[in-house]
Amino acid sequence: MPVTDITKDVERRTLTITAEFAAPVERVWALYEDPRQLEQVWGPPEYPATFVAHDLRPGGRMTYYMTSPEGERFAGYWDVDEVDEPNGFAFRDGFADAELEPNPELPVSRNDYAFTATDDGTRAVFTSTFDTAEDLQKVLDMGMEEGATTAINQVDGFLATNTQNA
Amino acid sequence: MSESSEDRADALFHALSDRTRRDILRRVLAGEHSVTALAASYEMSFAAVQKHVAVLERAGLLTKRRSGREQLASGDVEAVRSVTSMLDEIEQVWRGRVARIDELLLS
Repeated sequence: MPVTDITKDVERRTLTITAEFAAPVERVWALYEDPRQLEQVWGPPEYPATFVAHDLRPGGRMTYYMTSPEGERFAGYWDVDEVDEPNGFAFRDGFADAELEPNPELPVSRNDYAFTATDDGTRAVFTSTFDTAEDLQKVLDMGMEEGATTAINQVDGFLATNTQNA
Repeated sequence: MSESSEDRADALFHALSDRTRRDILRRVLAGEHSVTALAASYEMSFAAVQKHVAVLERAGLLTKRRSGREQLASGDVEAVRSVTSMLDEIEQVWRGRVARIDELLLS
């Protein structure tokens, strides 16, 4: 499995996932530079993503929509804050309306992607942070359906650790 | 979600939206504290701290019992699982994404 580490910070509502990929950093970067490749990995197969705007530069904006099996579209956007090609980038991910305009009433997550070279390829560290627990709840309610039913029972060990460290 | 669990979620998120309440929750999750002892930890009135404790209690994050003249508060570990389980759902989304990235890079 390419996932090598998962860290969850309940207090900060942050998820950090580390993965090892068998490809050079430049190849991983190229995936994010190409909307046709990016849309293949962003949404689950049942909710394929289509990137409409794609501007991976500081201050740039990406817009996309995901299409449900029933044909309903759920739109979102990225506002790109920092770019350090090919080592990573930071952006805010939010929800958009049907015209792909950002909806300021819905939550935004802050994301940081970092890629470093290893002997075998690339170590990628993806960090997502939600400002409030309500935001986290809303994001899940809005349709992060993927795998939502499988994870609920995996919490005991983590919580025990987390409580001890608090 | 049923209506009652929606209400419960509202109370939960309201309770966790305040820094002092999160701090109180951390303390009482680590062990039982008297409300008097908690109040001594903050630069606010006993009544204000008592109010925060009451909000946490209504959200089901904390339980109180009486011992003589003291009110003793302890955290409910079960209830705190909610934020954890939400991060678990996000984790599943990310595991899916990483698997797709891996597949694309190998193709």
